[in-house]
Amino acid sequence: MQYLISVIHDTSDLATAEEDAAIDVFNDRLVADGHWVFAGGLAGPATATVLDNRGGKAMLTDGPFLESKEFLAGFWIIEAPDLDTALDLAAEGSKACNRRVEVRAFL
Amino acid sequence: MNTIDVREAVGRAHREEWARLVAALTRRFGDLDIAEEAAADAFAVAVRRWPDDGVPPNPGAWLTTTATRKAIDRIRRESKRDRKHRQARMTYDDRPGTPEPIGDERLRLIFTCCHPALAMESRVALTLRLVGGLTMAEIARAFLVQESTMGQRITRAKAKIKAARIPYRVPSAHDLPARVSGVLAVLYLVFNEGYLATGPGTDPVRHDLTAEAIRLTRLIHALVPGDGEAAGLLALMLMTEARRTARLSGSGALVPLGEQDRGTWDAELIAEGHQLVRRRLASGEPPGPYQILAAINAVHTSARDVRDTDWPQVVALYDQLAALDPSPVVALNRAIAVAELDGAEVGLALVDRLGDRLAGYHAYHATRADLLRRLERDDEAHQAYGRAIELAGNTAETAHLTRLRDRLPVAHNAPSATVIPEQA
Repeated sequence: MQYLISVIHDTSDLATAEEDAAIDVFNDRLVADGHWVFAGGLAGPATATVLDNRGGKAMLTDGPFLESKEFLAGFWIIEAPDLDTALDLAAEGSKACNRRVEVRAFL
Repeated sequence: MNTIDVREAVGRAHREEWARLVAALTRRFGDLDIAEEAAADAFAVAVRRWPDDGVPPNPGAWLTTTATRKAIDRIRRESKRDRKHRQARMTYDDRPGTPEPIGDERLRLIFTCCHPALAMESRVALTLRLVGGLTMAEIARAFLVQESTMGQRITRAKAKIKAARIPYRVPSAHDLPARVSGVLAVLYLVFNEGYLATGPGTDPVRHDLTAEAIRLTRLIHALVPGDGEAAGLLALMLMTEARRTARLSGSGALVPLGEQDRGTWDAELIAEGHQLVRRRLASGEPPGPYQILAAINAVHTSARDVRDTDWPQVVALYDQLAALDPSPVVALNRAIAVAELDGAEVGLALVDRLGDRLAGYHAYHATRADLLRRLERDDEAHQAYGRAIELAGNTAETAHLTRLRDRLPVAHNAPSATVIPEQA
């Protein structure tokens, strides 16, 4: 079972050196315990481009698809047997990156 | 066998076997929907067959066999339609040797229904449906929502349990105390809703809800007998329930503790509550909030007359509670006890400090009104009663407050919010 742990944030500040260090420790643990699938931080929402090619002619729009106070700042994809395990890991992740996180299961 | 005996036998089997049945089916088939429907099917068959065939010697075993057959029928039908269905089994730890803190089937069910990832209202609804065996209509009525709304709430919660893989198991020993406390919060909420039901159209006391909350808390207490807060909550509920009939006047108005006919209190429930409290005191472990509330109730129910109440002890217990739970509601209750001990003026000074945080809470205004009345500040008391009446949601409470306000001696010019209490 895989879970997406989204990191929610409301300013464009990047992680501090301490936060980065804590994230590294957490990531090492995810790898060591077999939970690691993938993770990454994202550039700010202002740098996003929305593309719509449903009509066969790609339309580009500058900016995020949704203007909101809070946005996705990064994410982890983890392997976990159930929600309790995923929530335990998410709790550590939230502490490490010092931001709120959302946990969602993949189908 | 006559119809009444059969009906009683079905009723008893429902009370005693429902949760175990749903739990066993969930474990076997890994699906709450199938478990719930098959359990309901089995009881429907019992209602049809037992009058003719007689009540089976072991109703629990009969129900399990019947429900299992029904579940298999359902899975066959559904897997033809929807092959994906079979894949979505719930996860549970069944590895041999997995240490399990407690071994009752029903516990897995309760912990799943009260999982902290579910919204509180969903936890309450799921627990009443899957563990308590209440019908969707009964739960909807208890919480004053449409049956379809309640149905959707339960369906959504079950869908989340499946999609997010909320595990079907008792939490690890490490997580257990926190999770038990989550279950107790759900049961306390059910009890309180029954005890002080909200809404103009409802009975002021919903005995079905208080009884169900007590039954489930008994179950939890039996399953985790060493958990002090489970014992404390059970004691608190029993001593509160003991005063149920004394709490309402003939006309349906609330009768406050000090004016209740203590001879009508249920001595057996009180004795059981006292015993639980004594056992917790003897354990020497530091008490949590439910245990302290239970101890306060034990002090009140020990006094044969309100004038015999050991107020210093009540205040000391509230001090202890306030240290654990600095909420303004606890501070308000502490102030009420202080007023009994040190006088209304001292109590009122404490209550007035809570105005910022409790301005929207009817009990804050009712307490102020009562203290102002005792200090003979009748105009202010009148206003405070008016505010309390506007905010109170319980019909018996509204009737009681209206009666107190109308008994105030002085004519006054304050605008009155006229509330006609519903007659019980």
